[in-house]
Amino acid sequence: MMRLATIAALGAALMFSPAAFAQEEIEAPHQDWSFAGVFGTFDRGSLQRGFQVYNEVCSNCHSMKLLHYRDLGPDGPGGGIGFSDAEVAAIAAQKQVEDGPNDQGEMFRRPGKPQDAFVSPFPNEQAARAANGGAAPPDLSVIVKARGKGLEYLWGEGGPDYVYGILNGFTDAPKGFALPQGKMYNTYFPGHAISMPPPLADSTVKFQDGTKATLAQEAHDVATFLTWAAEPYMEDRKQTGAKAILFLLAMTGVLYGAKRKVWKDVH
Amino acid sequence: MSGTPSTVRTNNRLVKWIDTRLPIFSFMQDAAMDYPEPRNLNYWWNFGSLAGIMLVIMIVTGIFLAMQYTPHVDHAFNSVERLMRDVNYGWLLRYLHMNGASFFFIVVYIHIFRGYYYGSYKEPRELLWMLGVLILLLMMATAFFGYVLPWGQMSYWGATVITNLFTAIPVIGNPIHTWLLGGFAVDNPTLNRFFSLHYLLPFVIAGVVGLHLIALRQHGSNNPLGIAVKGPQDQIPFHPYYTIKDMFGLGVFLIIYAIFVFELPNALGDPQNYIQANPLQTPSEIVPEWYLLPFYAILRSIPDKLIGVLAMFAAIFILFLLPWLDTSRVRSSYFRPIHKWVFWLLVIDVVALGTVGAHRPEGAYIVVGRIATFYYFLHFIVLLPLIGWFERPLPLPESIAAAVTKKSGVPSASAQPGAAE
Ligand code: HEC
Ligand code: HEM
Repeated sequence: MMRLATIAALGAALMFSPAAFAQEEIEAPHQDWSFAGVFGTFDRGSLQRGFQVYNEVCSNCHSMKLLHYRDLGPDGPGGGIGFSDAEVAAIAAQKQVEDGPNDQGEMFRRPGKPQDAFVSPFPNEQAARAANGGAAPPDLSVIVKARGKGLEYLWGEGGPDYVYGILNGFTDAPKGFALPQGKMYNTYFPGHAISMPPPLADSTVKFQDGTKATLAQEAHDVATFLTWAAEPYMEDRKQTGAKAILFLLAMTGVLYGAKRKVWKDVH
Repeated sequence: MSGTPSTVRTNNRLVKWIDTRLPIFSFMQDAAMDYPEPRNLNYWWNFGSLAGIMLVIMIVTGIFLAMQYTPHVDHAFNSVERLMRDVNYGWLLRYLHMNGASFFFIVVYIHIFRGYYYGSYKEPRELLWMLGVLILLLMMATAFFGYVLPWGQMSYWGATVITNLFTAIPVIGNPIHTWLLGGFAVDNPTLNRFFSLHYLLPFVIAGVVGLHLIALRQHGSNNPLGIAVKGPQDQIPFHPYYTIKDMFGLGVFLIIYAIFVFELPNALGDPQNYIQANPLQTPSEIVPEWYLLPFYAILRSIPDKLIGVLAMFAAIFILFLLPWLDTSRVRSSYFRPIHKWVFWLLVIDVVALGTVGAHRPEGAYIVVGRIATFYYFLHFIVLLPLIGWFERPLPLPESIAAAVTKKSGVPSASAQPGAAE
């Protein structure tokens, strides 16, 4: 029902939205997401596995500057991803954070604390660029909101589809495609020549909860985690919205009745 | 007491006491309750009050956003994201404001097309109409400045493209460009002044809305028949008739607005604006927000930059002249057999321009863009005056009451209590 109403509202929006007009690029296939739809929620297991993939693999190249370790715990935005305070402290303590200056005026390194921001792999963009063949790996904090197209983007699922697509989209370049030195061929990357080597394969990580780490599973989980990272308040937003819309529907119904009653003698 | 006694209908002594000294209650009673309106206004007349409510929503959410926002190139993008993550219901404020801008424009565009269809700009409402066009211009400026604030890629490059238009002006173009930006390119000084102006302009709009309403009250609302009110039998008091109708309309509007704010908050935006501004990396396509696309299409349809800029501004300024370009004596298109259809051609034309504006100027989009631009000006400069001269309007009903009661078959004697002022 809500879907129908949304589709109707979209009709008008579609006509205008620039996001709805895709360029000639291959759109990543649509996936099933636990957070899809008005009543969608994040699968906590998937979120924690996804964080593990980010933490063990992606964080070697990609920063997530907008996140703090405490965000993963119960006091984080949207209630975190299901880690306890102790687990969060343990995750943070594995990191080395630059701090200071101390009383001697020197910077020093110390183990991370929950209130620290996610540690970035490179000190600056130039270093990131130099280490990755001239292309800096983008910050992943809101990557899910910054990518995607078509109807899926309007639904808020285009970004996760795209991340999933990129991670699964590495293939040999088709015959006749001039792949520049040091680049990989990726079906869903605009222009296809991407500077990221395939980060995931079967069993790249060993999931703590025993889930079988296929490429598809890892990609799905990390895309779910990145969606939470981009909008940690998404569950709250959708649920508050469902209540607000129901209230407005009821209120408008009452107002309609009142309007008919008041106007009875005029018509 | 000397002076006029309070006319406010209440038994509350405090209210009476205040009203005798400061007649705010009787003012409200006159303005929002007893105020006589034509009895036949349809739902297209709801959009004026909706526009006013949107302005209030924008100002209230904007003031709270500004408490968290940092107008600095290094912090602006992150300050908006932090607001959404770390401030309670910060995401709601931001999505209300962001989608509010779109909905404000939807409402105002419908309001303008309403005015056009029913000839609400004709004598004696010319200034009322022109103040409305001024509000549209101010809204465009406000939204343009606002869109720069989150400092995403489209913020930066949109600002670069639009301010660059000023360089098309011969001789003084470049100095004006530098003066507007506070430098040679969009940078921190630009962001600071745009924030300042973005905070200021909505209050200027509120002032012009005040004048708009004074002009409205002078001659009262137009109506779907476009004929003047002849007496109390043509009118009903604003309260309760239009208060309840406006509230019902507001309810319907809020449902659609809420669907976007809560369920599709980024549907009307550009994904590129979630990438922090990067002066070294031009996006493959630079598109303004949807509500500016028709004008952007006109700009890009004309190969010469200066003429393109002039045409874009002319497309808005021509609306100021509408009362004189339309030569018909009949207001409502309801009675204008030709204009009734030509009106829809303009609607289609503007939608076509909007679609063209969203696409790279290539192939068919160039052709459609040029035809649609040509038609836009042809419509106002040639068709409108000609149709007014040659068209034979249908006979007008003798009064609103006569037309309304004939349609519904109710005897016209159902006089309204309190209809007289
Ligand atoms: C060896 C370093 C490295 C690792 C590990 C890595 N990436 Fe990347 N990634 C890059 C580089 C470099 C780019 C920039 C590619 C370009 O612009 O050509 C990139 C780009 C991306 C993009 C953006 C593509 C676009 O549209 O611009 C996404 C999404 C992405 N990576 C996701 C991930 C995820 C998820 C992981 C972990 C599973 C990961 N990356 C691991 C180096 C890496
Ligand atoms: C006519 C009324 C207004 C319109 C049409 C308008 C429009 C906009 C738009 C289009 C944006 C960009 C939204 C985005 O993409 O993030 C914006 C941002 C912003 N506006 Fe307004 N605005 C209005 C009134 C105000 C007022 C009165 C204030 C302050 C008192 C304000 C403060 C802000 C701030 C701080 C931002 C940056 C935060 C953000 O980008 O979300 N606005 N505005």
